[in-house]
Amino acid sequence: MTILIATLIIPLIGAFGVLFLNKDNRKLIEMFSLGTSIVAFLVSLGLYFSFNSNAEGFQFVTDVTWIPAIDAGFRVGLDGMSLLMVMLTTFMTPIALLSSINSINKRHKEYYFMFLMLQFGMLGVFISLDLFLFYIFWEIILIPMYFIIGIWGGKDRIYAAVKFFIYTIVGSLFMLVAIVWLGLHVGGDVLSLPTGFTSDYLLIKQHSAAIAPDVQNWLFIAFALSFLIKVPLFPLHTWLPDAHTMAPTPGSVILAGVLLKMGTYGLIRFNLELFPVSSIDWAGTISFLAVVGIIYGALVALVQTDVKKIIAYSSVAHLGFVVLGIFAMNEMGIQGAIIQMVNHGLSTGALFICVGVIYERRHTREISEFGGLARVMPVYTIFFGIAMFASVGLPGLNGFIGEFLTLLGAFTSTVLDNIWYAIVATTGVIFAACYLLWMFGRIMFGALSNKENQGLSDLNKTEWAMLVPLLIFIVWLGVYPNTFMSKSETSTKQLVKEIEQVELDLNNGTINMEPKKN
Amino acid sequence: MSSEFILLLPLIIVGIMSVISILVDAINPNSKNSGYYLSIISIVAVGGFALNNFYLNISGINLDDTNLITSNMLTFGGFSAFFDLLFCVGSLLIVLNARNYLDTVKTELNEFYNLVLYALAGMMVIAHSNHLLTLFIGIELMSITFYIMAGYFRFASQSVEASLKYFLLGAFSTGFLVYGMAMLYGSTGSMFFPEITAAIVNGSANSAYLMFGAALMIMGLSFKSSAFPFHQWAPDVYSGAPTIVTSFMSTAGKAAALSAFIIIAKTIIPMGFDPSGLESAIDTNKLITAIAAISALTMLVGNITALVQKNVKRMLAYSSVAHAGYMLMGIVANTAAGWSALMFYAVVYTFMQIGAFIIVGLLERDTDKNLEYDDYAGLSKRQPALAAIMALFMFSLAGIPPMAGFFGKYYLFMSVINSGHLWLALIAVVSSIISVVFYIGLIVKMYFTDTEDVKGESLPWNASRILVFVTSAVVLIIGLNPGGMLTFIKSAL
Repeated sequence: MTILIATLIIPLIGAFGVLFLNKDNRKLIEMFSLGTSIVAFLVSLGLYFSFNSNAEGFQFVTDVTWIPAIDAGFRVGLDGMSLLMVMLTTFMTPIALLSSINSINKRHKEYYFMFLMLQFGMLGVFISLDLFLFYIFWEIILIPMYFIIGIWGGKDRIYAAVKFFIYTIVGSLFMLVAIVWLGLHVGGDVLSLPTGFTSDYLLIKQHSAAIAPDVQNWLFIAFALSFLIKVPLFPLHTWLPDAHTMAPTPGSVILAGVLLKMGTYGLIRFNLELFPVSSIDWAGTISFLAVVGIIYGALVALVQTDVKKIIAYSSVAHLGFVVLGIFAMNEMGIQGAIIQMVNHGLSTGALFICVGVIYERRHTREISEFGGLARVMPVYTIFFGIAMFASVGLPGLNGFIGEFLTLLGAFTSTVLDNIWYAIVATTGVIFAACYLLWMFGRIMFGALSNKENQGLSDLNKTEWAMLVPLLIFIVWLGVYPNTFMSKSETSTKQLVKEIEQVELDLNNGTINMEPKKN
Repeated sequence: MSSEFILLLPLIIVGIMSVISILVDAINPNSKNSGYYLSIISIVAVGGFALNNFYLNISGINLDDTNLITSNMLTFGGFSAFFDLLFCVGSLLIVLNARNYLDTVKTELNEFYNLVLYALAGMMVIAHSNHLLTLFIGIELMSITFYIMAGYFRFASQSVEASLKYFLLGAFSTGFLVYGMAMLYGSTGSMFFPEITAAIVNGSANSAYLMFGAALMIMGLSFKSSAFPFHQWAPDVYSGAPTIVTSFMSTAGKAAALSAFIIIAKTIIPMGFDPSGLESAIDTNKLITAIAAISALTMLVGNITALVQKNVKRMLAYSSVAHAGYMLMGIVANTAAGWSALMFYAVVYTFMQIGAFIIVGLLERDTDKNLEYDDYAGLSKRQPALAAIMALFMFSLAGIPPMAGFFGKYYLFMSVINSGHLWLALIAVVSSIISVVFYIGLIVKMYFTDTEDVKGESLPWNASRILVFVTSAVVLIIGLNPGGMLTFIKSAL
């Protein structure tokens, strides 16, 4: 058993362990789940240190046959990008579980079971090297998240949960058809395997050039639809603000921190790697939507009065940068996108926890209810400020490096070949500064006029424990991002090299866009 | 001699026992338990011998002698042995559950168990048929039993109405079926399935009559498997009939109708048949397109109508129409992979649908009370275990992994895409999305709605409650290891 599989199954074991605990012993359940997630994190540190950044291809690969009849296997492995995502997951989960201690007040046993299952699913998504397995993990996540929003969420939680579920399943079912089609096409038409079908990612990738262009185009659309709903890209984003505002704080943290990254991860892992020709075809359209999303998200965030909604819409804008970077399809763009995925997880996670802090105390998130909090909660103000500036993209904090690289990637991209994407996207950074600073100022400064705010206490120990690790990494990534970026560099270079080759072939006309005749 | 006798045993036992059990009841009308135990014993015996036949078939036994005894009118391949097993499992679940259910609604009569045996006999004859007449006898034996069972609550008007409606429409559809059979016979000159196929392949059949006959047969079978546009009876009958009967008709009964569908499709649409060289030939592509259209519309209509239901039993009834549509995809594929996908789905569907119905039955009070969506509000607090398992069944019915229902759909998608009907898979996707709305709608009621913390009445530990756990465990186990079940099914074909 590799460290990778250990990391994957610890949350699963923990989840079923929770079921055996006494449901009235709340403390024990909390500590047990938190302990499980911390163990998972410690084990995953082993992954980080034993990962060889210079080796190409996947590491810690396991390949066990599961269903021979359809050539589905338990195939998992890590490359640089998935390593960062796995680390992000194992890092964010204990923090989200810590914040659950304050914000979850009923049905603890079910909650912690769901949360650990969620972690299990997320880890599975990031390490699957089998399309069938990937799909199963992808869908497993749906169930716990649905319950987390639906049972422990806010006022309109049912609406938000159902919307979340249906949006996601619309995309994923089309992806399922695409997975079947792809498997039949590669396993049957291209390779003529005895099963006539394969879902082995590495095998498919090896023969991805042989996928007929017209087939590739439809497959690209089906995969992209599923991933772009998850990201979410404008105009498929409407489930996100609802889900975010209605989810309990830990739900929002994990949703923004990790779940959305499954979409961008999928775009790189499947769309770019398996269908480079179609990706080049579609890059312009998707980048255009990404830019629209950046501006739209920012503008809508400007007019919100609910703090959580502002951060939710800022996610739409920030993920727009990630998508733009991905479809710039050069090294800077993709590396920027990957690091921005990590950044967004950290800084938005921190922001949601900060919102949770005042929500726990006041049970409201309306900006107008607050003002002058800096006087009573100085530490909180500083922490919130750092997270907010990280999200704005202040140099020296983590957000800057990601946005900078993605924009630079978009500027220099030969695939997009149009600097206006980057220019318009840059204005989004300015908007972000506007709505975040405005929100921050209204909450923290000014007169402490509302009587209910005068007695608010500053951060307690749990809140310190949640925010400090996040802030350390926010600063670390801002000052010396190379610790993390070097991990994904080799796999990104490899991908970019393949894309450049395809681009060259397209320009030379060596790739025939007409359907092949057998 | 001995081997043929063994092969015939399942049919012999079920035939004799169904008669014996009714005699026992006549001789000793006061015995409450005789029917129950007799039916359990018979079903287990039938299932045991069917399993034995299944493995005999795998070991490649020569079946010619047996075919002599039955004049070739019955077959004893792995296909029929598999369906025998499935019907036995379905019937056994029903019988075990019936006792508690009929007890709560105070209508326990031994006749119920006799009727299950008669229906089982009919279904088994269908799966064994090799001749139009045996097929017809099987279908009628099953259907007539169902007409009676639907009206089992003879004091409840909706039950009687369901029975009458089912009988009138069913009799009408039988007319289609018989007419179709006559046409097939007239065109090919034989009632044996292999000879019909041979006549089609060598072009000696009259293609106009054949086409007409095939169309009529498809109509008749669509009625029996509640496929669009012949599904109108299903929701009324399913919701009017006693819950236990509904769960029987919509699982084992549906599987039987679909097994007949497979047999007929195999016969009139020979695999790999190329009509181009023949002077007078049946256009099999048209038939496949027709079945594909029926399948597509069945799942769409079934799910859309289920969407607006406020009653859990009706929702399950309508959605069972949609599941027939999914299963028909396996016939559209018209390959061994398609049939095995259909059979896989039939197994999974039997467990999840019966499981869900058992829970509905456990919560049902009096006759047809406590069935609304609103009655399920807060169930997760009152009956946490039942609610969790119901949620599991709903996710499985909606096709969410890792539940078995997902793998059923996955295999069906695979077979239908592989046969070149991508559009049908896409329609199946759309209708699955629709179905998600009402399946998770029930979960919303059970888990998300705020209710006062009332302590639920404690349900007694009886067979039904144990069955709930058994069926959910099976759904999960097949979900986690679908390969085993798939290999089992593939060895049947």
